[in-house]
Amino acid sequence: MSDQTLAVSADPSFEKRPSIFAGGGQTIDHVFRAGLIASGALVLVVLGAILFQLFIGGWPIIAADGLSFFTSSDWNPVTDRYGAVVMLYGTVVTAVIAVVIGVPVSFGITFFLTEVAPVGARRTIGTAIQLLAAVPSIIFGMWGFFVVAPLMAEWVEPVLGAVLGPIPVLGILFSGAPMGTGVLTAGLILALMIVPFMSAMFVEIIESVPPVLKEAAYGVGSTTSEVFRHISMPYGRTALVGGMMLGLGRALGETMAVTFVIGNANRIKASLFAPGASIASTIANEFPEAGPGSLKLNALLELGFALFVISFLVLALARWLVRSRLD
Amino acid sequence: MLNAFAQKRRLTLALTTLGFVASMGVAQATDFTGAGATFPAPAYTAWSADYKAKTGSSLNYQAIGSGGGQKQILARTVDFGASDAPMESKQLADGKLLQFPAVIGSVVLIVNLDGVKPNEIKLDGATLGDIYLGKIAKWNDPAIVKLNPDIKLPDLAIQPVYRSDGSGTTYVYTTYLADVSADWKGKVGAATSVSWPAGTGAKGNDGVAGAVKNAKGAIGYVEYVYAAANGLTTTQLGNKAGKFVPPTVPAFQAAAANADWKGAKDFAASMINTAGDTTWPIVSATFILLPKDPKDTAASLEVMKFFDWAFKDGGAVAEKLHYIPLPAAVQDDVRKAWKAEIKDGSGAPVYK
Repeated sequence: MSDQTLAVSADPSFEKRPSIFAGGGQTIDHVFRAGLIASGALVLVVLGAILFQLFIGGWPIIAADGLSFFTSSDWNPVTDRYGAVVMLYGTVVTAVIAVVIGVPVSFGITFFLTEVAPVGARRTIGTAIQLLAAVPSIIFGMWGFFVVAPLMAEWVEPVLGAVLGPIPVLGILFSGAPMGTGVLTAGLILALMIVPFMSAMFVEIIESVPPVLKEAAYGVGSTTSEVFRHISMPYGRTALVGGMMLGLGRALGETMAVTFVIGNANRIKASLFAPGASIASTIANEFPEAGPGSLKLNALLELGFALFVISFLVLALARWLVRSRLD
Repeated sequence: MLNAFAQKRRLTLALTTLGFVASMGVAQATDFTGAGATFPAPAYTAWSADYKAKTGSSLNYQAIGSGGGQKQILARTVDFGASDAPMESKQLADGKLLQFPAVIGSVVLIVNLDGVKPNEIKLDGATLGDIYLGKIAKWNDPAIVKLNPDIKLPDLAIQPVYRSDGSGTTYVYTTYLADVSADWKGKVGAATSVSWPAGTGAKGNDGVAGAVKNAKGAIGYVEYVYAAANGLTTTQLGNKAGKFVPPTVPAFQAAAANADWKGAKDFAASMINTAGDTTWPIVSATFILLPKDPKDTAASLEVMKFFDWAFKDGGAVAEKLHYIPLPAAVQDDVRKAWKAEIKDGSGAPVYK
């Protein structure tokens, strides 16, 4: 071992090499290394600073009202009473609707792209779906407000109300006047926004299934759908759930599109046709007019803090699930 | 959200650079900045173009919302702030700010009903209050039929639409509802955003107009400027004298003339539900906030010169944009307040 080291340092060509950097190699390396560490640390520092600022900014509302901020549904700027339940409910319900609608569609796209579509069409359709992910959310919002909402008011909601309305319990979800904007429309628009993201993840996961497993299944006479259901899906199960959670995480924080179509009412109604509010939409609506030093501003910052924590938890869980399979 | 901030910052930078480059050619021009209310922004923009052509001084006005305008001027990052809702006297005193009105606007009701022409349907304050409280839920409710015996009103659900974003328009409208309906005052109250008991919210004037257009039976409130420019179906409204008036410029001027400017503190005269047979009941001024202890006296002076010019020569432009200029007596009082209140470091008045 020591002989070898000696031999290396005795090699004349090795002795020459540092001279190419004119003796500055080590300094540059140190600076480079420090730069890399700084870049990495910056992310953590910014993340921590945002969390800290939101916590400090929202603290007065917790100090004033205690945890009732998270249990009260009364959001009233006139009386200066703020409760987050309506927004928490709206955020979770719209995101769940988005996942309920978006997951089957994403699976359909994934199945089609990986197993059914001719190789030539795969690229085209795959690219088109990726492009959908690049559409800015404000465009989804405007399209949702001017095109989808009138369609929902005139066709979808009346039909849903007539078909599902009479069913006991479930019918409550589809009752009330069809206004077009509301929790259901917001969930639908969100679903469209997370589908490209989720299907891209799903395709990647399904493609990581070893071909030998699928070929073996085909070999014993399985059909295409059987292979998908019994081989591909179980193989990537954990990662697929993680992908859904990532979709959920995106839906939770979406702002502009939701603000346009959710109806913006600080009320909780059982019906999905009814207007509601999400954390992000409330912040977008109220922030510009929240007076400096007002309790309302504190309430909005606390809402931001709550959203941050919820998104963080969902995304952390998702990452953990996805990684456990893909690594 | 972050993106929007970044874009705004970039835009600000671009605008500032543009203003700087444009102003370099003109000697002795003082550039000044303002931020705040969105409602008067078209008037300020139009004025600033004319003013720049005349004097070379250019105004960079950012319509970031009244709350934002208050924040910016309290932090002294701009030369003046603009707010639709007047600030409280204590806040003004604490922030060493002079508040004065710049221009007057009004709020009108719009409806979506088949066969109903603009300014045909009549509504009054009590009925509007009950509609927005959710107590009157159908267009053929006896209360509405009584006001409109000549119109055949459908058996259709009323869908009230309101501004989801905090806004001066909502402040003015809810102040009116609180004034005419004791029920509204007790249950909801007045602010830039309130806890609406019924209906759906949409963002901005265009959002409210769009939501009303989307749903049959919807009713909403928008600034007159917006309704006039887009030919929306407005309504008549009953005023304090019990007369029904359509929303017209003379009706808004009557409200401005009937307001109690002398008795108002910080120029915050109420033009809500004022007396007079021809008065439109929902009218309000929008305000400018100017530091009493300006750091940059040149810019502060320029702000006052700008509004002095706007009062004198900007009336026609404002009216073309469907705003109402201030009554002449009020303009003179504002000039007096400038002289008395805005002082430089040595205590001498900035405006002479």
